[in-house]
Amino acid sequence: MNKTLETPPAKPKKSKTVRKLRRFFRVLFARKLVILCTVILVIMALAAVFASFVAPFNPYSQNLGNSLSPANSTNILGTDMLGRDVFSRIVYGTRVSFSVGIVSVAFSGLVGMVLGVVSGVAGGVVDSFIMRVMDAMLAIPLIILAMFLGAVFGQGLGNVMLAVGIAMIPSYARLTRGQVLTIREMDYVTAGTIFGASKLRNAVSHIVPNCIAPNIVLMTMNLGGAILAEANLSFLGLGINPPTASWGAMVSDGFMFLSMHPVIAIAPGIFILLIVLCFNIVGDAVRDALDPRLRGTF
Amino acid sequence: MTSKLLEIKDLSVEYKTEEATVYAVNGLDISLDYGQALGLVGETGAGKTTSALSIMKLLPAGVGRVTSGSIFLDGVDVLGSSKKKIGEMRGNTVSMVFQDPMTSLNPVMTVGDQILEVLKIHKNLSKSELSKAVDDMMEMVGIPSYRKKEYPHQFSGGMKQRIVIAIALVCEPKLILADEPTTALDVTIQAQMLALIADLKKRLNTAMILITHDLGVVAQVCEKVAVMYAGEIVESGTAENIFSGRYRHPYTAGLFGAIPKLDEETRRLETIDGLMPDPTEKVEGCRFAMRCKYAEDDCINTAQTMVEAEPGHFIRCAKVG
Amino acid sequence: MNVPLLEVKNLKKHFPTPKGKLHAVDGINFRIEQGKTLGIVGESGCGKTTLGRLILRLVDATDGEVFFNGGNILGYDKKKLNEIRPKMQLIFQDPYSSLDPRKSVEELIGEPLQIHKAYTDKNDYVNKIADLMKTVGLAERYAHSYPHELDGGRRQRIGIARALALKPEFIVCDEPVSALDVSIQAQILNLLMDLQEQGGLGYMFITHDLSVVKHISHEIIVMYLGQCVEYAPTSSLFKNPQHPYTQGLLDAVPIPKLQEQKTQHKLIMGELTSPIEPKPGCRFAPRCPKANQSCYGKDIPLIQVGEGHFAACVLHEQKGEFF
Repeated sequence: MNKTLETPPAKPKKSKTVRKLRRFFRVLFARKLVILCTVILVIMALAAVFASFVAPFNPYSQNLGNSLSPANSTNILGTDMLGRDVFSRIVYGTRVSFSVGIVSVAFSGLVGMVLGVVSGVAGGVVDSFIMRVMDAMLAIPLIILAMFLGAVFGQGLGNVMLAVGIAMIPSYARLTRGQVLTIREMDYVTAGTIFGASKLRNAVSHIVPNCIAPNIVLMTMNLGGAILAEANLSFLGLGINPPTASWGAMVSDGFMFLSMHPVIAIAPGIFILLIVLCFNIVGDAVRDALDPRLRGTF
Repeated sequence: MTSKLLEIKDLSVEYKTEEATVYAVNGLDISLDYGQALGLVGETGAGKTTSALSIMKLLPAGVGRVTSGSIFLDGVDVLGSSKKKIGEMRGNTVSMVFQDPMTSLNPVMTVGDQILEVLKIHKNLSKSELSKAVDDMMEMVGIPSYRKKEYPHQFSGGMKQRIVIAIALVCEPKLILADEPTTALDVTIQAQMLALIADLKKRLNTAMILITHDLGVVAQVCEKVAVMYAGEIVESGTAENIFSGRYRHPYTAGLFGAIPKLDEETRRLETIDGLMPDPTEKVEGCRFAMRCKYAEDDCINTAQTMVEAEPGHFIRCAKVG
Repeated sequence: MNVPLLEVKNLKKHFPTPKGKLHAVDGINFRIEQGKTLGIVGESGCGKTTLGRLILRLVDATDGEVFFNGGNILGYDKKKLNEIRPKMQLIFQDPYSSLDPRKSVEELIGEPLQIHKAYTDKNDYVNKIADLMKTVGLAERYAHSYPHELDGGRRQRIGIARALALKPEFIVCDEPVSALDVSIQAQILNLLMDLQEQGGLGYMFITHDLSVVKHISHEIIVMYLGQCVEYAPTSSLFKNPQHPYTQGLLDAVPIPKLQEQKTQHKLIMGELTSPIEPKPGCRFAPRCPKANQSCYGKDIPLIQVGEGHFAACVLHEQKGEFF
C-alpha cells in the first residue's frame, strides 16, 4: 500500500489499565521459576480454602492406637504422637500460614503507610515523634513482643497476627516517609501549590498515589517473613494454641521424635521453606515488574 | 587499503526489546581523516550516541545489535575484532568523553589515580614516567598538578569535565568521541572548554567526532559536519558547505530557522512541524517527508540517496540537484 | 502614575548553611508592565530560580517587597494569597517531573479548575479543558493519554495549558524550553509569544540561554551571584552591553555561522563561586578581566548608563557615563 503525506490516523489504543496490567504480568512471568512458584502458591491457597475436601482425615481426631505410624498408603506422611494424620494437619496448617501472612502484612502495611504519610507531610515535631517511636519499636524483639501480647490477651491466632504485624510497621513507615519526602519536592506537587492546593489536597491527589507501588512490593516480600515469624513463635510455644494445626508448632511437636520418625518434623519444615521461598521469589519478581526502570529489560 | 582513520560503511544498529525493535541507525556512512574534526549534529533520538557507541563496541549487551555494515578504525575491522583487541583499542586508539562529568568520574578515587589507571593499562612505563605523564596531562587541561591527590567532589563542574578530557587524552588516542561534552556546562565554562578542545586538537593532532545538538558549537570546532535525522545522515560536507553552502537539506534549513539568532532580529521563529518518525517502524522513503514543506507523495515511497550538490557536499533529498 | 503589573523592591533571600548565610538573592529591583516580558539571565547558581520562587511565594523572602497589581503579596495571609494565586502562574523547566505520572492529560489540565471550582458543571469542565488544549495546540485525541506516552514538546504544552487554566495575568517561565530540542523549542517560544499577544500576559522569563532571552524579552536582567549586574531594554543590552560580565557572556555564546567566529575570545576565566557571607564589593571582580582595586571593599550600585539601561560596575562610576 502506498503511503501519502496525510497524517495517519492515531492507532486505537487499548485502555491504559489493560496495557499496564499486560506489561506487569509479562515482566512478572518472564522467568519460569516465578511461574512455578506462583503455581505452588496458588495450589497452597486453594488447599487452604478447601482444606476440608483436600485433607483425607480430620486433623484433630486422635487415634492413640495408631500413634507415630510411619508413612503408609492410608496416612501418606504418617501420624503424629497423638495418632493424627500429618498430611491433613499440614493442609490445615496452610490456613494458619496464609491468614497470618496476609492479615499481618495488610495490617502493618496500612498502619505503616498512614504513619509514614502523616510523618512526611506534616514534618517537624510530628515527624520527629513518629520516627522516634518507630525507632523504639525496632528495638523490641519480636519474641518479647509476642510474649507480652500473649500475657495480656492470652495466646491465639489473633495475637500472633498482631505481634507480627506490629513488628513490621516501622519498615513501612520509614519506606513511605522516604517516598513522601522525595515526592513532596517534585515539581508536580509544587504545581499544585501554585494552583492554590492545600497540603492535604496535594497529599491525597499526588503524594499518596505515587508512594503505593514500593509499599506493595515490600508487602509481597514481607509475606514470607511473616509466615516464618509465625512458625518461629509457634515453634517456641508462643504462637497458636494447640490443637490448631500450625506448621511451626508441628515442627516443635515432632522435634522430640526426630531420630525415630523424622517425617513428622521435617515435612512441615519443608512446607515452611517452600512457602517462604515462593513468596520471596514472587516478591522479587513483583518488584521488578512494578519498577518502570526495569521494564523492557527482559 | 585504507588511508582514512575511520571508515564506517552502511552501518545499521537495532535495539531489540520485548516491546519493539527500535531501528536506531540506518545505513550510516562516515569517513574521517587523521586529525580531522567531524561535528555530528541532530536532535534527541537521531542516533548520534548509538553511532558513537558502535565505534567503541559499547552497545548495551543483549539489547543493541549491529545488523549490517562495517567499521574500520585505523585499519582495524572493529566489528570483526576480538574482545581483547577491542580492549586494547579503547582508551588507546579511541576514547570517549561523555556529557555528564558528574557521573563519568569515580567518586572514591583521586583524580590523579583515575588518569593513571588508563596509562597503566596501555603503556608500559616506569613509576616516575607514569607520574610525570599524569602531571603533564593535568597541566595541559589547565589544572595544577598538585591537585591530583584530590577527589572529584572537590572540583567544580567545569574542572571535572577537564579531568574527564585529561583521562580521554592521556594515551594520546587517534580519535576522540565527544558526546555532548559541553551541554551540561554553563556558557562561560562551555567557551573555556571549547577553546581547550580546539587547542588540544591542534597540539596533539587528534581526530574528533563531536556529537552535539548545538550548531553554534560545531561552527567553532569542526571542519566537517554531518547532520543526522532519524538514524541516517541527511546532509554532510565541510563546515563551509553546511553553514554557508548554496544548498541545504530541508531539515538542516529547518534547524537553522528554529534557532533564535543573537545577531539578527526575528520576531517569529521558523518551526519544523510534527515529530521525528517512530523509530520502531521501518521507513522506505524519505524519513523527513512527513515534516517537510517541499515533500510530494513520491518522497515517501522511494528511498532517497545522497546527492552530491557541490563537490564534497552531499544531501539526501530528491529536490536537490 | 499607573501601577505596574509586578514590582519587586530590594528582594532578598538568604539561606542558612553550615558555613554561613548563602545570599541566593541579594537586593533585586525591577518592574514588569502588563503584556511585557522581563528576561532573567544568568549561569547556574546565580539565584534566578530562587528569584522566581520568591515572587510566587513558594519560598519565604528574607527581606524586600513584591507588589502585584499594587498589593504587597509578601504581607498577604493564606486567604488573600489563595485569591491571587490563580493570577500568578509558573511554567516549569522539566516537562517530565512537573507532571504527575499517574494523571491523564485531562486530569492534569483540570487540576487547577477543580481546586478553584472554576466551572459550572461537568459539561463546562470538559469544554474548558478542550478549549485550553486547543489554545496550546494539543490535539483532542491526547485528552486521555498519560505524560509518559507523550514527547517533551507536548508535555510542555500540557504545562502551559495548566498554567493558563485560571486565566493568569502573570507567568513565571522557569527555563521552559531548555529541556527541549531546537525545533520543538521554537514551537513553544512561538506559542508563548502568541499567548502574550492575545492575552496581554506579563512574563518573567528565566533562562541561561542568551539567544532565547533576546528573542522573547522586552527587558533583561543579568544576574550574577544573587545580584543584578545589568538591567536594560533588550536591544540596548545586546547592542551595548555595559557590564564586563554581560560582555563576556555574550562573547561566550557560540554562533552557528562560520564568518561570525570571534577570533579573539575575551574568555571569562574561572567559575562561579557560591555567595556565602560575601564581602562587600563586586562579586564578579575575581573573574573580571577589567577588575582593579576599586572593585573591592564597597558595594557597587546600579548606575544609569543609558535610557532605561543600568549597570553595576565601577568603570561607570569612575567615568560617570559610558566608557
